Amino acid sequence: MKQDHNSSPSEPVAKPSSRRGFLGVAAAGMAGILLAPGVRLIEIAQAAPANGAASAGASSKVRWGMLIDSGKCASGCTDCVTACNTENGLSGGKLPTDSQWIRKIEIKEVRTGKTQSLPMMCQHCAEPPCVDVCPTGASFKRADGIVLVDKHICIGCRYCVMACPYKARSFVHEPLSNQKTDVPRGMGTVEGCTMCVHKVDKGEQPACVTACSDAGHGAILFGDLNNPESEISKRVASYPSRQIREDLNLNTGVRYSGI
Amino acid sequence: MLRRTWSSFVRLCQGLAVGLCLVAVLPAAAQTGAAPSGASQGLQPPVTKARGGQCVDDPAFMRRNHMALLKHQRDDTMHGGVRSGKYSLKACVACHASEASQSVSAEAGDFCQSCHTFAAVKIDCFGCHASKPPPAGIQAALAQPQVKP
Repeated sequence: MKQDHNSSPSEPVAKPSSRRGFLGVAAAGMAGILLAPGVRLIEIAQAAPANGAASAGASSKVRWGMLIDSGKCASGCTDCVTACNTENGLSGGKLPTDSQWIRKIEIKEVRTGKTQSLPMMCQHCAEPPCVDVCPTGASFKRADGIVLVDKHICIGCRYCVMACPYKARSFVHEPLSNQKTDVPRGMGTVEGCTMCVHKVDKGEQPACVTACSDAGHGAILFGDLNNPESEISKRVASYPSRQIREDLNLNTGVRYSGI
Repeated sequence: MLRRTWSSFVRLCQGLAVGLCLVAVLPAAAQTGAAPSGASQGLQPPVTKARGGQCVDDPAFMRRNHMALLKHQRDDTMHGGVRSGKYSLKACVACHASEASQSVSAEAGDFCQSCHTFAAVKIDCFGCHASKPPPAGIQAALAQPQVKP
């Protein structure tokens, strides 16, 4: 196809007697060459959404989120942390430099002495600071609101680690082996909670959510914040819930009630 | 006289036909004989026996284009959440893992490693991605990563 474009304008190239004529023909030839790849790009661009829709990729109609009820979260229980480590092949803090995707924190009201326990991880912000600061575009937000690191592009600069107000990201310092098939991880890249994206894409719930309900606490509710009929949307609409560091206006996907 | 010439012509034709057949068949036999044994025949990387099956596309096409196909689909999967593509690394590993090491890159003769060594191209995939298929059955999740000091 490209050859046809080249051959047809090249025939008159020999004929023109004037310099202007030659330039005109040359410009037409260049236009033909440029047009051909352009057309193909458009074809590809039009074909891509059809493929995506057929296999149900991430859609912007959905926004995945979690509602964590700190009243139900038991102090000392670390089932969500263990489940996350097991699911994603994390070592669980054997070395000081090991990754940590989710952690349990205790908060205390100083005046009354009332303590509360809650899990803390990537809050999957709608306006993620980690994405803002990433110099390579490795840190990104999927159409359905899940914030991820594309480790193919990550250069390990750790700007995102610094930018995250929730200390949710870790850097992999050591070479790894025996990674999980669905959770590739490697030295020199930053990582964090993926909201178990490999499970969510299959229509399942994140590992921490399943573990919490298996333990009988049911403190974490996972669902679509954009769908007004979903359980999480109804609860967020009818009961008070908070984002941590609301002042930053990040519109987090993970919300807490009872704090 | 005419009869003798005719019979010698027939004999010549027979000889030529047999010769031509041998020329056509012998290299084909040699090729088919060498391929399943995995022995290096001429300039070919030695590959140990894998789990096998039918490849998702023509092997000659895959040999030349697998890197582009994988790269294209990785972006669809990572950014678009499309996990139903035909050219997934997970599927490659599941099929091409060697029967001996259960891996595509652990030993010198394993599928990916062998050809990449032959072509002097470094594979980056398995620094992060699993080079073994997930163990079938229960509690595959117990396998923890081993952090080397």
